[in-house]
Amino acid sequence: MPDSQGDIDREIADIATAAAKAVAGGEPEPEHVSRDYPPYRSSVLRHPRLPLILTEEADTELRGPVFGVTDVTELDRDLTRHHPGEPLGERITVSGRVLDRSGRPVRGQLVEVWQANASGRYAHDRDQHPAPLDPNFTGTGRCLTDDEGRYHFTTIKPGAYPWRNHVNAWRPAHIHFSVFGTAFAQRLVTQMYFPNDPLFRYDPIFNSVPSESARQRMIAAYDHDLSSPEWSLGYRWDIVLDGPSATWMEEGR
Amino acid sequence: MKPTPSQTVGPFYGYALPYPGGGELAPAGHPDAVVVHGFVYDGAGEPVPDALLEFWQADPGGGLDGEPGSMRKDQVNRSFAGRDLVRFTGFARVATDADGQWAVRTFRPGATGPGRVPYISVCVFARGLLHHLYTRIYFEDSASDPLLASLEPDRRATLVATAGPGGTHRLDIHLQGERETVFLEFR
Repeated sequence: MPDSQGDIDREIADIATAAAKAVAGGEPEPEHVSRDYPPYRSSVLRHPRLPLILTEEADTELRGPVFGVTDVTELDRDLTRHHPGEPLGERITVSGRVLDRSGRPVRGQLVEVWQANASGRYAHDRDQHPAPLDPNFTGTGRCLTDDEGRYHFTTIKPGAYPWRNHVNAWRPAHIHFSVFGTAFAQRLVTQMYFPNDPLFRYDPIFNSVPSESARQRMIAAYDHDLSSPEWSLGYRWDIVLDGPSATWMEEGR
Repeated sequence: MKPTPSQTVGPFYGYALPYPGGGELAPAGHPDAVVVHGFVYDGAGEPVPDALLEFWQADPGGGLDGEPGSMRKDQVNRSFAGRDLVRFTGFARVATDADGQWAVRTFRPGATGPGRVPYISVCVFARGLLHHLYTRIYFEDSASDPLLASLEPDRRATLVATAGPGGTHRLDIHLQGERETVFLEFR
C-alpha cells in the first residue's frame, strides 16, 4: 500500500514535535537539514549512520576551486535567451548576495541554477510527467558573483511538479542553486523557494530542515524595487555559506 | 550570520551540473596522468546511479591556488570547450553512470607542506542525500596523517585508494552500511 499524504504529514509532524521538544529542553536550534529524514523516502539508505569526523588539520578543504570569465558567458545568466523564441511563463529576475558567516561577500565565485519550466517540467528525459516541455526553455544558468557578492539571473517562474515519494506528492516551486565559497568546505547546493507557497507544509524535502527560522532562509522575498516595468517581477534571496572560509588568503586577492 | 540550509541535489541536476570533460583534470595520454575511479553504494549495497561527485586537490607541486578554466565555455555558442591543456585547475565534477561508477583523470596531488600526506578532497551529492558529504582519497595509508592516524584500521581503509593496473586507483564510496565511508566535517 503506497504511502498517502496523510502518512507523510503524520511523520513530518512527529519529527517536528520531537525537534521542538529538544529545543525547549535546551538543545541548540538546528541550522541545517537532518540527513536522516524518513518522510523523504530516498534519504533512508543514502545517509551515513556513523557520526561525521571533525577534522581540524585540513588545508586542502580550506581553499577551493577558482572560476573566472572563461567559465561563463554573459548570456548564461539569462535563462530566457537560450533559444530562438521567448519561453512561456512569468518572467522573473532573481538576485541576491552570497556571503560567508561573518557577512563578508563571496566575490567572483560561481553560482549555478537549474529549474523546471513554467509548467513544472524539467528538460530531463527522466521527467516524464504529462506537462509540456517548452522548446524555448532549458532551465539552466550560471554567473559569477560581483565584488559585492551579488548574483543576478533572469528566468521564468518554475511550476510545481509531482513526484513519487508518496501518492499525490507535489514539490513546491523552487530553483536549485549550486554555490561555491572561497573554501571547498563552504560548498552549498540548495533550493530557493517562493513566498507563501501552499505546498510547503506537505513537502518532506522542505521540511527536512527542522527549524522554522532556518526554513525561512530558503524562501526568497518578493522585491518590488527589483521588478522592471512591463518586463519582470523581482525576487531577492541572499545566501549565507556555512563552514570555515579562506580568510587568511583574502589579503592576497 | 545564520547559514542557508542545504537541500538535496535531486534527480534532475544531470542537464545542469555535469559537463563534458568534467572529470578530465589531466590531458589524455600525459605520462603522469592517473585514473581515480570507483562506485558509489547505498546502505543496501546497491550502486547509486544518480550521485554527483566533486573533487578538489593540490597541483602536483602541492599548490592550492587553483586556476580558472574547469568549466571553460565557448563564447560563440555557449558549449563547453574543455580545459585549456595548460592550466591545472584542481577541480573536477562527474556524475555516476547507470552502474554507479565514476572516474576522473588527474595528476596525483603534491604534499601541501612538509610532512603533509597528499589527498584529494571529495564532495558527494546525490538524490536522497539532503546535505552533501565530504570525504578524502588518499593514495597510501600513512600514520603521519593526523586524520588517518586517528581512525581504526577498517575505517581508515575507506579513505585509501587501491592501486590497480595501468596507473589506476580505485576507491568506492559507501553512503551507509558495514563499509560506510568516513565522512568529514570542518570547523
